[in-house]
Amino acid sequence: MFLRLVFESFWRQKRRKALAGAAVMLGVSVATAMIAVATDIGDKISRELRSYGANLLVTPQQDSLDLEIGGVNLKPPGDGSYLNEADLPKIRGTFWHNNIVGFAPMLPVQVAVGLKGLDQRTLVGTYFMKKLTLSKESFLTGVRITHPWWTVQGAWPEDDSEDVLVGERLAREAGLGAGETIPIAGQPHRIAGILSAGGAEDEQIVAPLGLAQQILGRRGAVRRLYVSALTKPQDALAGRDPRTMNPELFERWYCSPYVQSIAYQLQEAIPDSHAEPIRQVAQNEGAVLARIEGLMLWITAAALVASALAVSAAMATAIFERRREVGLMKALGARNALIAALFFTEATLLALLGGGVGFLGGAILARQIGRSIFNAQITVEPVLLPVILGIAVIVTFAGSAMAIRHAVKSDPVYALRGEG
Amino acid sequence: MSLSSLPEISRRRADSPHSDMFLRMLLRAAILGRGHVASAVLAMVVAAAVATSLLNLSVDVDSKLRKEFRSYGANVVVVAKPDQQLPQGTLDQVKSALAGRGLAVPFAYAVARTSSGQSVVVSGTDFDQVRQLDAWWRVSAWPDKSGEALVGERAAAVVSPTGEPFDLSFQGRTRHFIPAGSLRTGAAEDSRVYLSLADFRDWTGVDPSTIEMAVTGSPAEVNGVMDSLAKALPAAEVRPVRQVMEGEARVLGKTHATLIAAAVLVIVTSALCVLSTLMGWVFDHRQDFAILKALGASEWLISGFFAAESAVLGVVGAVIGFGIGIGVAAWIGRASFHAPVIPRFSVLPWVLLGSIVVALMAAALPMSVLRRVQPAVILRGEE
Repeated sequence: MFLRLVFESFWRQKRRKALAGAAVMLGVSVATAMIAVATDIGDKISRELRSYGANLLVTPQQDSLDLEIGGVNLKPPGDGSYLNEADLPKIRGTFWHNNIVGFAPMLPVQVAVGLKGLDQRTLVGTYFMKKLTLSKESFLTGVRITHPWWTVQGAWPEDDSEDVLVGERLAREAGLGAGETIPIAGQPHRIAGILSAGGAEDEQIVAPLGLAQQILGRRGAVRRLYVSALTKPQDALAGRDPRTMNPELFERWYCSPYVQSIAYQLQEAIPDSHAEPIRQVAQNEGAVLARIEGLMLWITAAALVASALAVSAAMATAIFERRREVGLMKALGARNALIAALFFTEATLLALLGGGVGFLGGAILARQIGRSIFNAQITVEPVLLPVILGIAVIVTFAGSAMAIRHAVKSDPVYALRGEG
Repeated sequence: MSLSSLPEISRRRADSPHSDMFLRMLLRAAILGRGHVASAVLAMVVAAAVATSLLNLSVDVDSKLRKEFRSYGANVVVVAKPDQQLPQGTLDQVKSALAGRGLAVPFAYAVARTSSGQSVVVSGTDFDQVRQLDAWWRVSAWPDKSGEALVGERAAAVVSPTGEPFDLSFQGRTRHFIPAGSLRTGAAEDSRVYLSLADFRDWTGVDPSTIEMAVTGSPAEVNGVMDSLAKALPAAEVRPVRQVMEGEARVLGKTHATLIAAAVLVIVTSALCVLSTLMGWVFDHRQDFAILKALGASEWLISGFFAAESAVLGVVGAVIGFGIGIGVAAWIGRASFHAPVIPRFSVLPWVLLGSIVVALMAAALPMSVLRRVQPAVILRGEE
């Protein structure tokens, strides 16, 4: 009899059930999508924050003091030591290699430019988008990843060519354009493009690393290495000196993608190197990330409360509409508990049905948001389904409870006369 | 009542003032049906509150986040043309162009020699300003007296490995400095020695060649400041720091888009829930509808009555919701940015309009169903 009542209630009041179910479904899809977005936003934003460029700098351990003013190094050429280019692919062998988005070696050399009024200029050798291979695995890396704000008018040079980029201020000064040639150290080189970097590079020449090494006369030399890595925001453990940690703590520190532990691992991977977080980028990344994550958390909370209240309101109205039915059942001698059980069963069914469909809808929504805003996948963990369904049931129960209490308590006579 | 008197009654009714009765019906409906109304208004309030807080936040969040992004340091630099110094008074000009919307910090550079003959870059700056501009500098202790220096970690290894006072000479003039603290940034600053601008000028006679600026505001405002500076300072170059400006634009854009997507989702959901709640409520009043119709009221009058009732609900819900929404926005602002979000009353008309539109839609849909039904069927309780 009980089951029949429930079944008939659904069968005969399709419109109302559909309305209440739709409310539950909508509420659940928004909740699911928002939870998925909020849990994933940290990862997505930290990828976006990589557009600030490298957050780690690797230099030779025994380096002489840099004399850098406004991005121009006044250190005499040949002074100081170098990293070895052959060691670079080892970066992909470190524990957190999946977090390393890219790296770019730099080798500045002084060159004689055979143009009037230009004589001595800095030429920086680097990777643009170089394909490197480490034990069968190949990957692309270079300044186009680590310095995403660099823009080129014309084309980027090939890494194995001898073409160069000329900084925009230098190009303006010398009246050079893309496609022309520039005599560097006695050799003519094709200008692939004009570089706009917003820094010292605008007055320099940027060339493939091989060309700079050839001019310097040192094969495999690299002056410094910029590394762009995805990191975890700083906490109390991150900033501690690894030498003061006990083995257990050290392991936890080593296996967390803190910028410091990645620096430590880079130092291990590259012989005779010193890796240091670039604090301007590394420090602020965490702060900005924490702010945005906090914001999304609060908005998700607001969205959850809103959808819960909206679902509750819809459920309450749905039950309120049926006080005549309650009156009739009471007049026929039904016990309060039975009536309450009937309504709660209906609410649970609605919550499960609406919640299940809503979960799917939410997963699609989250995917859509991920694709259109971040150009990346936001996936909803299936583990979330029971949690979401549980919340949906609790919310519909809570929304129904008041109305059910009211319906059950009222005198059937009033309800039947339509005065309840 | 005989059938012949019906036209007469309806004529009499048509002549009597309508407005009075209309208002009375509205009022009675609100007072008698408190229970029904409560859940409909609740839904309305929630929707309006969420819409208000999210609209408020999305307007304000950009400026709040931009402030956060200024912790990345300078976004505009003013540099002297090659081999020149900035003319006297440049800093004052820059500060007046900024008009309090940011920071401007001068830097002067020179290459000095240590007592062992090694070269080191020395910079003169305003320590109080640098502290605010470059908050990421890790400094053990800031110098506060004349003759004290801030020594970069790499430079320290050369000039003062054990923290003892050191001598530096520039063009034959030697000065004695006490290291107040060490500096660590992971970049070029680590290889420099920083002095106060007064000490530096007194010693080397070199004026600042760079002014680093953190300009707060939208890209348009920053560009405006840059344009006015470029006009005011023909002897200098004004450059954007593209790394900082573009990174900021990108991250802000994505955050804003996410926020808007969330706002649209939540607002649409709550609007639809309000719609379904109100529709249920109007449908629940089909008996009133039937009685009014049976008594000879025109369809326009009945529609007007239901529409007015829903619209009143909409307005009440919107106003209460607006108040709550402002509070929620301020609270979120405080929780995530430690600064309250300023209430924007320009949002109110939109929230009101949206609520009324939703309320009218909620009235119109069931009405179109009921209009086709005979009042007798409803009154017998069959529909």
